[in-house]
Amino acid sequence: MPTRFIQNALKLRTLLLISIISLSSTARTQEPIRIAFMDPLSGAFASVGTSGLKQLEFAADYLFNSHGGILDGRTIEIVPLDNQNSPTETQIQFRRAVSEGIRIIFQGNGSAVANALNSAVTRHNRRNPGQEILQINYSAVDPILTEENCSFWHFRFDAHEVMKLNVLTDYIASNPDIKSVYIIGQNYSFGQILSDTSIALLKEKRPDIEIVGNELHPIGQVKDFTPYVTKIVSSGADAVITGNWGADMVSLARSIIDNGLDIPIFTFYAAYDGITATLGADGKNMIRLIHNETSNPIPTEQRKEFIRAFKAANPNNDVTQPRITNALSMIVLAMEETQSTDPYDIALALEDMRFTTLSGEEIWMRGEDHQIFQSLHISVHTDEGIEFDADNSGFGLFSEYHVPTEETIVPTSCRMRRPSR
Amino acid sequence: MLEVFIFATLNGLVTGLLLFMLASGLTLIFSMMGVLNFAHASFYMLGAYFAYSISLYLGFWAGLIFAPLIVGVLGALVERYGLRRVHQSGHVAELVFTFGMAFLIEEAVQFFWGPDTKNYQSPDLLDFPLFTLFGQEFPAYRGFMIGISISIFIGLYYLLTRSRVGIIIQAAITHPHTVANLGHNVPFIFMGVFGVGTALAGIAGVIAGPILTTFPGMAVVLGSIVFVIVVIGGLGSLVGAFIASLLIGLLQSYAIASDVGVQDLLNVLGLEFDRNHPLTDLWTLTLPQVAPILPFLLLVLVLIFRPTGLMGKREQ
Amino acid sequence: MAFIRKSSIWIVYLVVLLALPQFFDSVLAISIFNQIAIAIVFALSYNMLLGQGGMLSFGHAVYFGLGGFLAVHALNMIEFETIYFSIIYIPLVGAFSGLLAALFIGSFSTHKAGTVFAMISLGIGELIAASSLIFDSFFGGEAGVSGDRTFGPSFFGIEFFQDVEIYYLAAAWVFIATLFMYLFTQTPAGRMANAVRDNPERAQFIGYSARKIRYISFCASGFFAGIAGGLFALNYEFITEENLNAVTSGRVLLMAYIGGLGYFIGPIIGAVILTLMNSLLSNYSELWMLYLGIMFVLTVLFLPRGFAGFIMMHQIAWVRGKLSSLVMPYLITSIPSSLFLMACVAMIEMSHTEEEVFHYLWMELNPSGLATWLITLFIACSSFYAVRLLLPQLKDAWERANTIPEKESFGK
Repeated sequence: MPTRFIQNALKLRTLLLISIISLSSTARTQEPIRIAFMDPLSGAFASVGTSGLKQLEFAADYLFNSHGGILDGRTIEIVPLDNQNSPTETQIQFRRAVSEGIRIIFQGNGSAVANALNSAVTRHNRRNPGQEILQINYSAVDPILTEENCSFWHFRFDAHEVMKLNVLTDYIASNPDIKSVYIIGQNYSFGQILSDTSIALLKEKRPDIEIVGNELHPIGQVKDFTPYVTKIVSSGADAVITGNWGADMVSLARSIIDNGLDIPIFTFYAAYDGITATLGADGKNMIRLIHNETSNPIPTEQRKEFIRAFKAANPNNDVTQPRITNALSMIVLAMEETQSTDPYDIALALEDMRFTTLSGEEIWMRGEDHQIFQSLHISVHTDEGIEFDADNSGFGLFSEYHVPTEETIVPTSCRMRRPSR
Repeated sequence: MLEVFIFATLNGLVTGLLLFMLASGLTLIFSMMGVLNFAHASFYMLGAYFAYSISLYLGFWAGLIFAPLIVGVLGALVERYGLRRVHQSGHVAELVFTFGMAFLIEEAVQFFWGPDTKNYQSPDLLDFPLFTLFGQEFPAYRGFMIGISISIFIGLYYLLTRSRVGIIIQAAITHPHTVANLGHNVPFIFMGVFGVGTALAGIAGVIAGPILTTFPGMAVVLGSIVFVIVVIGGLGSLVGAFIASLLIGLLQSYAIASDVGVQDLLNVLGLEFDRNHPLTDLWTLTLPQVAPILPFLLLVLVLIFRPTGLMGKREQ
Repeated sequence: MAFIRKSSIWIVYLVVLLALPQFFDSVLAISIFNQIAIAIVFALSYNMLLGQGGMLSFGHAVYFGLGGFLAVHALNMIEFETIYFSIIYIPLVGAFSGLLAALFIGSFSTHKAGTVFAMISLGIGELIAASSLIFDSFFGGEAGVSGDRTFGPSFFGIEFFQDVEIYYLAAAWVFIATLFMYLFTQTPAGRMANAVRDNPERAQFIGYSARKIRYISFCASGFFAGIAGGLFALNYEFITEENLNAVTSGRVLLMAYIGGLGYFIGPIIGAVILTLMNSLLSNYSELWMLYLGIMFVLTVLFLPRGFAGFIMMHQIAWVRGKLSSLVMPYLITSIPSSLFLMACVAMIEMSHTEEEVFHYLWMELNPSGLATWLITLFIACSSFYAVRLLLPQLKDAWERANTIPEKESFGK
């Protein structure tokens, strides 16, 4: 009896192992290179996550798989992992990635999630030498990730918050019409850094600009922004800076518009994924965004072709984050250079890599802190001069102000612990 | 200062009256069936979404009429085929059922309408400033919201206290068996009240959707606040709900409008702390920051010191 | 004899807990087991409130979360050598923080049961969740606090580098906590909690203060929720505000309710089902939350006593040795009902997908084809009809297995 029980148990075990949990597979030459994409794919933030997933999948197919793959014929397979925008779920999905033998993880949405992943990766890599994992951060902008908490295994392909604010305050300082600014943000690290940094920078660049309001509101709790708008109106501000995203961004913009306030609103996340369509004609020439990679007009035919092909394949989505393409291309370049898929080799090759994007611009991954540098732009929400719109609404972003790469470079306090091999 | 005060009052009034439209239905349902409907704000969200879909084809005003009707029918169906069935298993089961409905409706909304915010617009007809005061505009749409809410309060009050239907409903609340013995169909009255209550929530959704943005999280944002109002006002009391709604609306609005913080208080007391103090988060707290959690503080205090709520007669 | 039978259940429980990693040893499997272990303790502690004490709480995550936060802070203190003990005792740190919080909050919230208690728990839950975002230095804002479990004195040479080591530690704690929670139900206080739940007035007539009894249950529940929080801290080495907010509170209510409130084993079943759904289903469908919602509502409607209640429905049949007569009817009904389920899921997924070809089970469906829809609809309708036809038979068989026929009871 006992032997039979053990036999059955073993059978069951193998069966379950094969069927439910596919275990790590030893990489053979023709096996696909698996890259995880970890972002919210269900729940309230799903639209941003799925949009990113489509862009990464499309980039892998369009740029590499359809041209015979990389490293002598290996294809790239994107494995979606749904972290539900929760730090806890991120840890669980991270273990799933480890379990499936994935060595590269793309992640972008939410600084809290990026921080959680960063510490999970650092810890895992320290405890499991030889099985390191690479974190490719394509969108989380918390400066801490390339400052105090910088890690050899983390690479950021977006400009961080302070870099963006630097450019934004330059733009505001250069505008003599703006004499007073109102800052409003969500009450968490991103909003706090936003308010502290912009106050400090404005004070330095244009001491005459008065900060007439500095408001932090609880994230996702405000029903009606009208009371805040009332304060903005009575403060007599000439411009608003906000880091709000998601529904908080839409509600704030709507309230400002509805209350007849006609002043520029400087934002980080007020476009795409339904927001552009919601703001529509009301937000025209009022909303301005700071971002990397150009929007309209698109500089090169290559990038245009890429966008057209993407729209043909995904008519309901937009190329919201060209940096996803940049990140993937640079990783592939690193793999080709080193002829290796080992994260350690890739990381070394990525350091100080210079790469020309589809937009024809050379971007630089600083080796010191693994932060990307490229030109930054301020764009306006409008329907004039828009070749590629957002949300199929006819409205989109038109770049008005450009800052070349050299001027975006900021020093870092990063002291990276490099693994020795 | 005066302008801030006036506009804060107006804003508080708008929010308060909107909350009242939700709270009135909730408190009516509670006083009848003794069940706190967790899904109430979800019906409010459904109202906004239905109105949005209707407004795409027939315009805002059609949405204002039809969306609450659809929501009311849905509510009645939920009562008939869900709540009535669960009723046998006790109050906890009922609460848990409505909790589950709230969860399900949110997921269903995301399934049918997607997770994005919807471009639900207020009608062009009301797209003008009602008046301008100290250089600030007060949109006509907000005035319209105030008007609708107040007329609902008056209508409901008269319906419940003066009309025959209202008297039967009131009787059914306290003496269901007697009313049944008199030949009235009490389960049907319950279904009707649930339907009307949810339809009221639907109206609130229709008129709030354009200014509070229509997105899948809109129920969660309001849901617990409405609970707070019903409890503070006294479970089952329409007048209590009205007072509590205005109280909460104004409280939040004034809190946001003010610029007072703990620091100011300490300054008055002559105390000073530097930014590196371990409790620095506490010293730098300001009233606008905590505005959204004030209702919950009020709730806990009211429940501890006056569990019946402001106007409540009985304890539950 | 009864003692042996009772303790044999516990031995089986312990053996299952310890043997699981022998059969499933992938990183993912261990991570799921750890989640389940944490969820079991948390859900059982919730059941002490709702199932045994009749107190519906919408803020139980507060005690879990506070336990977790203090546990992570303790881990950090161990790392910086402010305090010195092995990390295996960390769940106790969580437990006592949960207990302290419960002692304070319970002192005013347990005056009344019912709606008043539920509302206070909701208010407290929202207050603490909101303040956790305001008080950065303790809660770490939205990024939370993280620690490292590999410091401090090692436990017989185990450094807790790997999750599997944490699993055995968690299993031990889960066993101890389950045992103590079970023993609590057997104490006079536990028994009186049931009495107060069912009829507080009578309980007071025989000399017990309903308030005091509720307070005791509440504190015990906070204590065990804190253990779960401590285990969470050890497993993930970090904690954020989402672990004490309303979502977590709602999830534990779901677990306990779906599992079955009236039974000690119910929350364990609920914890296992929900964790598995969360970690496995979410990888197959974006819509898993929708399915979860549907399942929850259906459970409340049709299985008011949860899955445990459903299993217990067969107790009489089992005792009478008639369980085998139910196997066939169940099998027969399960064929059309699973067909119905599959067809419904197919329709839901097809209406959601944007792909040209929809891969479902082993099939490739065309979501824009009318024929596909009609066939699926036909399968759904006909299988639903078949279920309707078969259900009376199943009911008959069930009743035959359960009711004691008169002839039998009087003997031939």
